Amino acid sequence: MKDISVCIGGQAGEGINKAGLLLARILSYSGYRIYMYYDYPSLIRGGHNYAVIRGSADERGAVSGSPDIVCALDQETVRRHGGKSAVIFDSDVVKAEGTAIPATTIIGEEKSPPIARNTVLIGAFCRAAGIPPEIMEDAIRHEFGKKADGNIRLALRGYHAGEEVMPIEVSPGNGLPILTGNDAIALGLIRGGLDAYVSYPMTPSSSILHTMATLAEGTPLLVIHPENEIAVITMALGLSYAGKKVAVGTSGGGFCLMNEGVSLAGMAEQPVVIVMAMRPGPSTGMPTYSSQGDLGFVLHAGHGEFPRLVVAPGTVAEAYEWSARILHLAWQFQIPAFILSDKNLGEHPASAAIDLEFPMPVPSAISIPQTYHRYCSTPDGISPFIPPPLKGNVVKVNSYTHDEQGITTEDPDTASVAAVKLIRKGAALEQQMGHFGCVEVEGVIDAPVALVCFGSTAGVCREAGERLGLRVVRVIVLEPFPLAQLGTSLRGVEEIIVVEENATGQLNTLLRTYGYRSSRRIGSVSGRPFGVSELVLRIQEVLQ
Amino acid sequence: MKGSDYISNAQNTWCPGCGNFVIQHTLKDLLAASVPPEEVVIVSGIGCHAKIADYMQTNSFYAIHGRGIPVATGIHLGNPALTVICSAGDGDAYAEGLDHLIFAAKRNVDITVIIHDNRVYGLTTGQYTPTSPAGFAGKSTPGGTQEDPLNPLDLMLASGATFIGRCYSRDKKGMQTVLTQAVQHKGFSFVEVLQVCASFYDAHDCYDEHVYTPEDHDPTNRDAAEQLIREWNYTGPGRIALGVLYTRDAMTFEERMLAGKEGTIDRTGIIRNALSGR
Repeated sequence: MKDISVCIGGQAGEGINKAGLLLARILSYSGYRIYMYYDYPSLIRGGHNYAVIRGSADERGAVSGSPDIVCALDQETVRRHGGKSAVIFDSDVVKAEGTAIPATTIIGEEKSPPIARNTVLIGAFCRAAGIPPEIMEDAIRHEFGKKADGNIRLALRGYHAGEEVMPIEVSPGNGLPILTGNDAIALGLIRGGLDAYVSYPMTPSSSILHTMATLAEGTPLLVIHPENEIAVITMALGLSYAGKKVAVGTSGGGFCLMNEGVSLAGMAEQPVVIVMAMRPGPSTGMPTYSSQGDLGFVLHAGHGEFPRLVVAPGTVAEAYEWSARILHLAWQFQIPAFILSDKNLGEHPASAAIDLEFPMPVPSAISIPQTYHRYCSTPDGISPFIPPPLKGNVVKVNSYTHDEQGITTEDPDTASVAAVKLIRKGAALEQQMGHFGCVEVEGVIDAPVALVCFGSTAGVCREAGERLGLRVVRVIVLEPFPLAQLGTSLRGVEEIIVVEENATGQLNTLLRTYGYRSSRRIGSVSGRPFGVSELVLRIQEVLQ
Repeated sequence: MKGSDYISNAQNTWCPGCGNFVIQHTLKDLLAASVPPEEVVIVSGIGCHAKIADYMQTNSFYAIHGRGIPVATGIHLGNPALTVICSAGDGDAYAEGLDHLIFAAKRNVDITVIIHDNRVYGLTTGQYTPTSPAGFAGKSTPGGTQEDPLNPLDLMLASGATFIGRCYSRDKKGMQTVLTQAVQHKGFSFVEVLQVCASFYDAHDCYDEHVYTPEDHDPTNRDAAEQLIREWNYTGPGRIALGVLYTRDAMTFEERMLAGKEGTIDRTGIIRNALSGR
């Protein structure tokens, strides 16, 4: 079976993420599917950064146990990750047992910048794993472009200074694209019809803004970075009113600021997609780590009662697909719609097959009425949505309770009609969601014990479930809650174990609301994703 | 179109004597002469001023407290062919949403912002605002405020506004001149209307005595504008200059942001390009 894990570590500023991506590319070109975990503290220089790249024959969404090979640019990497692994290290600065590579000396001789030490060690890794130098060179060309030649020279020096340690099976190929969840969200939104993306930088959502800004250059796609998150969502609602399909992105703290805008979107029925990338809170928390602690917050964000859609994709491919779909749904139902993500999905690259031509539903044509009322009442609660200018008519939207024309009202009957219309629309949304796979079942699909999870724990739960012979039921759409689909998915289940990366069991609470009682709950608040071996142990503990 | 075509059927609930009436009717008259109702969007915040969104038979976005300006910015970026007029109160623009006001001026967003400045919170029944005079005794400051007012026009000048005007609600003709130029101005137009709250802060006597329209003022002269703007600091005595006080030409935010953004988006092309590098 093909499965290898390699770790590269050093200080912040030593290019660990880039080195991880190069290792990912090399393994991808060697015929593996990739998952990469990247761990970095919230600082620019120093500290400890590391990436673990897992290559496997199958799709994987988690790291397993200890890495097979560790590439150490500093002593800390050996101390933290060296234990059971083969170590390749820069012998000019690190003391260790394993393959000594004088990387600092080599870059000195080649007159290369210090950051290039990682390339030397990657060359030595290829030798250790028995990966042919041609594959390594192709990968370097892909990652470094015009700067490839110098890097190839460095990698080859590492290669020749190294030794074969654990040769892996190699079947050369070009591999699937390597995307982070945030890349996939950006591409999915574009596929879904996005006209504008508005965001204020906040880890771990920022890379959507960065990717979107780069992709938008020279295209009509609009990318705006305003003064704060309050401006982000209200500006987005203005764009939405003017007929643009728009999304915003943030993390917990920024989302706190956006809440009044969420309520406004709910009342005004002004569609907007909100990417909410979770990190540990409360408050600033741990900016560069992950959490599933904002599920309850997003489900209940804003005040008052209004329909919303909350989707938590679990894989890169799902992030693409649901981002495209949610944009359409937000506009069809004229609601705020959420992509609930986190650092573990958003920032970790993985091999992903995505469909360029992902089919998008065509919005139904709206006949232009003689007299247009923005909020005209309909059986399903969905009023036709026509942006201004509409000749002979005006389009009035309103944050107050309003009548069909959009004019403020406090009349009890009109107010009741308006509130019930919103609830009716929520029911129509719920019905529509029945057409999509809102719950994913993996592992042993008829097993009597089920792991229930959501979001980025998809990969680790799937693998742990496979190892232990469990059913893995993942709720992708969290609101409207897919009660019927969940019922089908859990048919015959005798025991439910809920796995989530928070302290209080927010998914567990949600399940209980709908009458599903778990027997055990596995939580984590470290900010780090579950590893497969770790989760297997935790599950075995609760099963005993 | 007639002016009356711009007034909706919504029941008007402003207090008798409220300065908002004059703003609404001035707006109605100048729009009737220039823009059809379906090409105008009135954006408002929350407060007495904001009801103008209901009362005008134009497109409107009745937003939330302090957030009219970013909504207006989004609308105009989304469709620059629309004439976007943002009404805001002094609580809206100078307290809750001050950052947005400053950034709209900094960006030179091509919208007109009309501040209905009655220097009191009317709809919440009489608290002080950022432009209430020092010592103002309102419901939240019964012993008088312990802070000085700010001078919003001075702030706008510092923030880069390309059009700054001030009107008085008892001078409809003067208001018409300023607002017409403001709507026509390419770029961010800031117009402060001194009006009274008939129920909680009637400052008519003070304004009647102190307002004046300077003669021979050159609004392109920044130093002269600054001098006029600083004649009155919103608290003590001083002459209160009305009219177009400052104006300059500059590229708008929309011109900068939307350059090269015409046409349709080649979605598959963007995705294919992105994937080729991954």
